[in-house]
Amino acid sequence: MNQYSIWRYLFILAICSLGFLYALPNYYGHDHALQINGLRGNVIDTKLQTDISSKLDDAGVAYNSVKIEGNSLLLRFIDSENRRIARDVIGGMFEAGDYVVAFSLASAMPDWLKSIGGKPLSMGLDLRGGVHFLMQVDTNTVKTQTEERFISELKTALRKDKVRYRSFTKSPEGGLELELTNAEMKSRAQGIVKAQFPELTTVENENGNAKIRLDVSDETLLETQKAALQQNLQTLRNRVNEFGVSEPVIQQQGIDRIVVQLPGVEDTAEAKKILGATATLEFRMVDLSGDVAAAVNGSIPIKSKLYYERDGTPVLLDKRVMLTGEYIIDASSGLEAQSGTPAVFITLNGKGARIFSRATGERIGQPMAVVYLERRNGRQIEEVINIATIQGQLSKRFQISGLDTTEEARTLALLLRAGALAAPIEIVEERTVGPSLGQDNIERGFNSMIIGMFFVLVFMAIYYKVFGLIANIAVITNVVMIVSLLSILQATLTLPGIAGIVLTVGMAVDANVLIFQRIREEIKNGNSPQMSISAGYDKAFSTIADANITTLIAAIVLFSFGTGPIKGFAVTLSLGIVTSMFTAIFGTRALVNLLYGKKKLHKLSV
Amino acid sequence: MSFENKKITNIDFLGKARIALFVTFTLLIVSASSFFTKGLNLGIDFTGGTLVEVGFSEAVDLSEVRGALVGAEFQGATAQSFGTAEEVLIRLPISSSEVSAEVGDRVLQSLPDAEMRRVEFVGPQVGQELTEDGFLALLYAFAGILIYVMIRFTFKFAVGAIAAVIHDVIITVGIFSVTGMSFDLTVLAAVLAVIGYSLNDTIVVYDRVRENFRRYREKDAKSVVNLSLNQTLSRTLVTSGTTLFVVTALFFLGGELIHGFATALIIGILVGTYSSIYVASLSLIALRVSGLDLMSVSNENGQIDNRP
Repeated sequence: MNQYSIWRYLFILAICSLGFLYALPNYYGHDHALQINGLRGNVIDTKLQTDISSKLDDAGVAYNSVKIEGNSLLLRFIDSENRRIARDVIGGMFEAGDYVVAFSLASAMPDWLKSIGGKPLSMGLDLRGGVHFLMQVDTNTVKTQTEERFISELKTALRKDKVRYRSFTKSPEGGLELELTNAEMKSRAQGIVKAQFPELTTVENENGNAKIRLDVSDETLLETQKAALQQNLQTLRNRVNEFGVSEPVIQQQGIDRIVVQLPGVEDTAEAKKILGATATLEFRMVDLSGDVAAAVNGSIPIKSKLYYERDGTPVLLDKRVMLTGEYIIDASSGLEAQSGTPAVFITLNGKGARIFSRATGERIGQPMAVVYLERRNGRQIEEVINIATIQGQLSKRFQISGLDTTEEARTLALLLRAGALAAPIEIVEERTVGPSLGQDNIERGFNSMIIGMFFVLVFMAIYYKVFGLIANIAVITNVVMIVSLLSILQATLTLPGIAGIVLTVGMAVDANVLIFQRIREEIKNGNSPQMSISAGYDKAFSTIADANITTLIAAIVLFSFGTGPIKGFAVTLSLGIVTSMFTAIFGTRALVNLLYGKKKLHKLSV
Repeated sequence: MSFENKKITNIDFLGKARIALFVTFTLLIVSASSFFTKGLNLGIDFTGGTLVEVGFSEAVDLSEVRGALVGAEFQGATAQSFGTAEEVLIRLPISSSEVSAEVGDRVLQSLPDAEMRRVEFVGPQVGQELTEDGFLALLYAFAGILIYVMIRFTFKFAVGAIAAVIHDVIITVGIFSVTGMSFDLTVLAAVLAVIGYSLNDTIVVYDRVRENFRRYREKDAKSVVNLSLNQTLSRTLVTSGTTLFVVTALFFLGGELIHGFATALIIGILVGTYSSIYVASLSLIALRVSGLDLMSVSNENGQIDNRP
């Protein structure tokens, strides 16, 4: 009665072997590695490979290998100290922005394991160290920008049709308020809105006055917000790429939030500065006819705007922008050839180049200003960094100077390359773990698991003897299975996740305890050993299932509500429950059957 | 050691119901009153704020750290040693005067000798969301369990199971309130794990109660429940024991970060074991459960033969 078919044994054996196989990559650990990726069309090739190898040899850096893997070059070192020296050596070989050199953890598993798709556990930031940011996209700004865009577009349309209006502004109660000169103009304006601006809805339209209240429709706002979020995601990705981080995570969360995870990054202040920066440039003509002194006192010419240079000198610029930063496709920093001051070298895209060459071609000999815009601590900063006379027609490539430091030039170049943020972002949650704490966490988690497990194994062996040993094999297999599943699924292992595995070790024996107690009871009731084994497993089954499913419900709730590390706990707990059902019921039964199945028994060691 | 001829215990659990009721209600009242008067020492996960953990190369005088923080003009900063004398945990409340995510960076700047171990910043809105989500998670867990137990058993069993689980949550949270231990997200996760664990225990007892109601139709509810408790007692103790082993290992070796988590689990396992014996079973008696409640459920024995 206590026999499985050969297929069943083989099936269980196969599952367990697969489990061990895919848990194996974790046994080999990680090499200290550097990952080099090309940016801006710079490719990774064998020439780069040999260049770097010889440079490292010259510098006396001890490395294991320099290999091309996919689109990147992977350098493995014997320790982190050699890796650090190597990064400095290699960093000096390139222009900033040509290649990115990032610290990374490369698995040291053998190639055959890699070829069958083996992957090591993906460690959470609390274990490997790094920064986690939750960023809130400022949707109010998106709304304001959208409303302003519609005001300017509708104004243009009204002027084109010679519809005269008194004022068109954002109403203090929200929405847009358009006041026409008379009732006829009002009805014509309504016609234009209806025909050309389906995105605008008319909220209030009282008879007797010439006012219309308009609202940007919710769908349009939502679309704009979505687009802004997408652009922000892309910009953040570009910026993170420049940063030199391996395996960064940049993900949308909800409708207006973005999660950014940068493993290995310690300098959070620098990371925040780059990620949240909104610096960009605008090009405007200088208004030479306006009276600057009068403008400072408040009477600004209608077509001009008052700006200040960095040294505080006021200057009037044309309200119309010639060119904005969005046409810039490439930028690099350096020193200006003649003066030796920091400069940014800019490349425009085709459309930008056309606009710019036409605009500058018409205005040769006139002064043009470069305005630096940045939102800092919720305030918009606008400074004129440079005023220069247009010497000739400018086109695709040109340079701007006037920046204070090379550092500033480098950051501005990076931001111009990566693109602007469509809407400002604010960090609403940060979790940073330093590398030393990460390492401690791994050790502590691992130690508590080993010690806890040791006590459980000893106890089971003493209390249930041979059956206890069988349960112990199941407990160990269970941990291997959890590790293997986590590796295959690439679910992130966190410190609470390790705690989840530890807890599973304690709870996984529960199924066996239930079964073994039942077997003992059956024997006491006078049943034969073989009968008792069979009845013990059968009767305990529904109890085990009920008990585990209820725990699983709690774990799933935890998963759907938890964030980051807590999710990690829920994942290991759920996986542990599922795998423990397999190992504790089917796994131990197979062993018991193999051991006792064909024998005549008088006594059981349980 | 041989356990084969060891007799099944025969403790009159329900005979001690008065004492149990007294203990239960005392604990519940103390927990609830502490929760409502003193409240919880909520971590920054829920209140919002900044937390910075720094390490020094040698034992550091806390007053020096505090002095440096005061010098840098941090409002309401607290510093305490964390685990060892070399490590210091600094907490700062949300301040309206400056961009919050930068507070942590400034703290690190004001302590140049310190090595950054951990910086956490939670904005006020995120904190509020985490609080709401946590509360909702508890409710959903209760609802899910209630439904499952109702389907697998009957309504009365479901009520008993929920009573036991709520009892465990109140007392675990209550002990955190009374002692003033920090209650953060990991502790909340532990409370949810306790729900799962305690229920696991309760279900095992209920399974036996159901089985015994079917087997001994002539016995009254009290003796059926008492018999079931005795039959499952060694399992309850063994499982609680092994789980306590591992959680104690986490408590002592897991480090400060999961100290609260391990503490909540230890309390929860102890309370959960107690509640599955007393609260869950006394609820059944109080609800006047009888074999008749289970008659409509199809006979389980018919299905068992197909199982491994």
